[in-house]
Amino acid sequence: MAKIHVTTTINGAPTEFLCDPSQTLLDVLREQLGLTGSKEGCGSGDCGACSVTVDGRLVCSCLVLAPEAEGAKVETIEGMAKGDKLHPLQKKFIEMAALQCGICTPGFLVASRALLERNNNPTETEIRYWLAGNLCRCTGYDKIIHAVMEVAAEMRGSAK
Amino acid sequence: MSKSQYKWIGTRPDRPDGADKVTGRARFAADFNLPGQLIGKVLRSPHAHARIKSIDTSKALALPGVKAVVTAKDFPEQADVIVPAGEMQVNLRDVTRNVMAREKVLYEGHAVAAVAATTDAIAKQALGLIKVEYQVLPHVIDVAEAMKPGAPLLHENLMTEGAKPAATKPSNIAKRIEFAKGDIDAGFAQAEVVIERDYTTQPVHQGYIEPHAALASASEDGQVQVWSTTQGHFQVRGFCARLLNIETSQIRVTPSEIGGGFGGKTVVYLEPLAIRLSQKAGKPVKMVMSREDVFRASGPAPGADLKVKIGAMKDGRIVAAECTIAMQAGAFPGSPVGPACMCSYACYDIDNIHVVGFDVVSNRPKVAAYRAPGAPISAFAVESTIDLLAQQLKMDPIELRLKNAATKGTKTHYGVTFGTIGMVETLNAAKNSPHYKTPVKPGFARGVAAGFWFNVGADSSAAAHVGEDGSVTVISGNPDIGGSRASLALMAAEELGIDYDKIRPVIADTASIGFNFVTGGSRVTFATGLAVVNSVRDLIRDLKGRAAKTWNVDPEGVIWENGMAKPAGSNVGTFEPLTIAQLAASAGRTGGPINGHAQLNVTGAGPGFGVHIVDLKVDADTGIVTVGRYTAAQDVGTAIHPSYVEGQLQGGAVQGIGWALNEEYIYNGQGKLANPGFLDYRIPVASDLPMIETVLVEVPNPTHPYGVRGVGEVPIVPPLAAVANAVARATNVRMYDLPISPPRLSAALDAAQPRMAAE
Repeated sequence: MAKIHVTTTINGAPTEFLCDPSQTLLDVLREQLGLTGSKEGCGSGDCGACSVTVDGRLVCSCLVLAPEAEGAKVETIEGMAKGDKLHPLQKKFIEMAALQCGICTPGFLVASRALLERNNNPTETEIRYWLAGNLCRCTGYDKIIHAVMEVAAEMRGSAK
Repeated sequence: MSKSQYKWIGTRPDRPDGADKVTGRARFAADFNLPGQLIGKVLRSPHAHARIKSIDTSKALALPGVKAVVTAKDFPEQADVIVPAGEMQVNLRDVTRNVMAREKVLYEGHAVAAVAATTDAIAKQALGLIKVEYQVLPHVIDVAEAMKPGAPLLHENLMTEGAKPAATKPSNIAKRIEFAKGDIDAGFAQAEVVIERDYTTQPVHQGYIEPHAALASASEDGQVQVWSTTQGHFQVRGFCARLLNIETSQIRVTPSEIGGGFGGKTVVYLEPLAIRLSQKAGKPVKMVMSREDVFRASGPAPGADLKVKIGAMKDGRIVAAECTIAMQAGAFPGSPVGPACMCSYACYDIDNIHVVGFDVVSNRPKVAAYRAPGAPISAFAVESTIDLLAQQLKMDPIELRLKNAATKGTKTHYGVTFGTIGMVETLNAAKNSPHYKTPVKPGFARGVAAGFWFNVGADSSAAAHVGEDGSVTVISGNPDIGGSRASLALMAAEELGIDYDKIRPVIADTASIGFNFVTGGSRVTFATGLAVVNSVRDLIRDLKGRAAKTWNVDPEGVIWENGMAKPAGSNVGTFEPLTIAQLAASAGRTGGPINGHAQLNVTGAGPGFGVHIVDLKVDADTGIVTVGRYTAAQDVGTAIHPSYVEGQLQGGAVQGIGWALNEEYIYNGQGKLANPGFLDYRIPVASDLPMIETVLVEVPNPTHPYGVRGVGEVPIVPPLAAVANAVARATNVRMYDLPISPPRLSAALDAAQPRMAAE
């Protein structure tokens, strides 16, 4: 089957790739582009470890076909830190021990950033529902929720 | 020892692997690739139980792009030898049959053959070309069914070990074990209240988010390298050496970062297959399990059938306690029924105890360790019965437990006499917690339960190397599953008296550090921590010797303080202290590189106790349980990095909540798993839960220089009963069968109080 040529933008960089029509975006990110920060925990959109944004929309990249990235802006965990500066969420996750094994962490960070971009004053319940599509088996979510609440508060503080 | 005397221990610095893990840079198993690698895939049994009559791989091998195919014929037969695998024991004869079915397939998903091909698509296509002729056999899933005479036999020669009288016919009961203390009949004769109940629990999966994955590269000269996700790369090496008949020194295993394990990554599945395929193909082979494969073919924790009988005096003193546990082992013998039996009454000081366990095989995947293996299951039954006792005696559940709590000197029914333990302290901490002191909110009910785990020590090796600038690399051999790099570095910093940031903890592969037992048994911060402390002490001994040489004094005349060598007293002479950096700079003149080493078999693991409190409400129409508040109290020894200790308590509690409320393996009539995915096997998500409050009770372990006790496993033990006890108090309907899922609970509520038909 002929490969499809896709022109897209990944973490701000113009990117081209060839893929099979049936290949997922996650597959291309991990296997062809070397962006292994997005993880495959289930391949069925249940765990959120492969979370990325496509044109600002939070998606499971295992449920997106790679050709759908045509003309889109894809943001992955690899684009979250700017140069040697971690994103406030990344810093806070480390500082507050919001990770144990770390496999779900990229997905949680991408999803949390997407939330805070929409709503910098979420309630605990809103955070919990927003992140309900990201599974973590280690932490019981407690420190993750606290970290997101704290970053939201800091963002509001600095916005004043 | 109070924490305040420490500079580093008890602080909460950033973990050394933090930046890698928040940026996606950290490499987990599936992130490893080698040039020229092939993709390996496994053909799995569609049947729960069948004899393999023939396997024809010729068409698969002929497919262009296929480089190797393996079946059981490619793995040598193994002797009937028991070896340790994490906290469980396994038989090599069974392990080789579990990684690749030999005479029979014993569960749906059992590996039958594996292929390696140039692409994923070709490998998948090749699996479809392998022809397996099966003779389908009757299967048995349920433990009680499997124990009945006439049940389909998984192993035609399996005689019950320890049966009384001795077994004369084969059965599915692999083993009978028994623990006794005192005189159980006299105990019950004396009791004023006796409560007896039956319970069941379902198998649950560890549910680590990272599927099993391995990359193997075998070269023509016999050397093998493996990168895989494991709780014990030395175990991977050991198993692969045995299963493939390779010398251990020829296999080098590098652990990837590990995306959760909880006991489930203490055994091998893919590694031996990847090595064998690589040997045959002459190319590296990468294998990754799908989530479905993980559910169908990697070890869940067992389900069990239990009977508990407790006799007590009216004042609450328990005088007799019995428990019978029939536990699923899966397809091969070796469930954690032993620890389940031992942990059952370990929280309490009871004069008369009798516990019997059965290890039962059935057509399910072979169980693996899961966080305090076996203990949550027996605790569910025992702690539920103790709650019934509290209700009947109208006693506060914590007071009742305090009345019976094990203390220093309590002799357990499995023979051990406790040293310094913290059961009473933990109960009191729970009683005095903000949660317990707050009245239950209207509409909610409160449940309490306790739990116990031994914790283990075992073999650890560590090294500490001083760099030219005086910074230190601490090398150990246990995959960091939840922040252990940080706890090891904190202990090294404390010993050395230098900054935490000057220490770089590294996890070495099997060729670069001495043997380390698995990351399991809550042992790493305790046992490997002790090896690290000892390696640093060895290093300090060397550093003091270097200072002595520099000053031309006896080594005994030098002390180590705040990261510096100093004269022990004025009689030694007057010398300016030498910092580790100064000693490192002059190392070339004082004997060369400065390194410390330690290896030991660590004993004296301090057991841990947990007491959990839950407030929840039940929606009577749907049976949905909502947890409103949760507190986990535990004696944690010394909390080296309190954030990660809290994290263990929080994570364990939530896994236990999932076990109690939702998680279960569901089999259809053909013995096939009906819910092999995270959509239908529902682990707790963020919106299911409140914050998990923790109370760290620091009762230092006297056998460890910093008082460390393992903490990771205890917190999964109490939640099952804590939740069930709260549900019973919320609804007046006690759930004896887990999980307390909405359909089950609403059916039980309906049965207890039939609703109007019109409703």
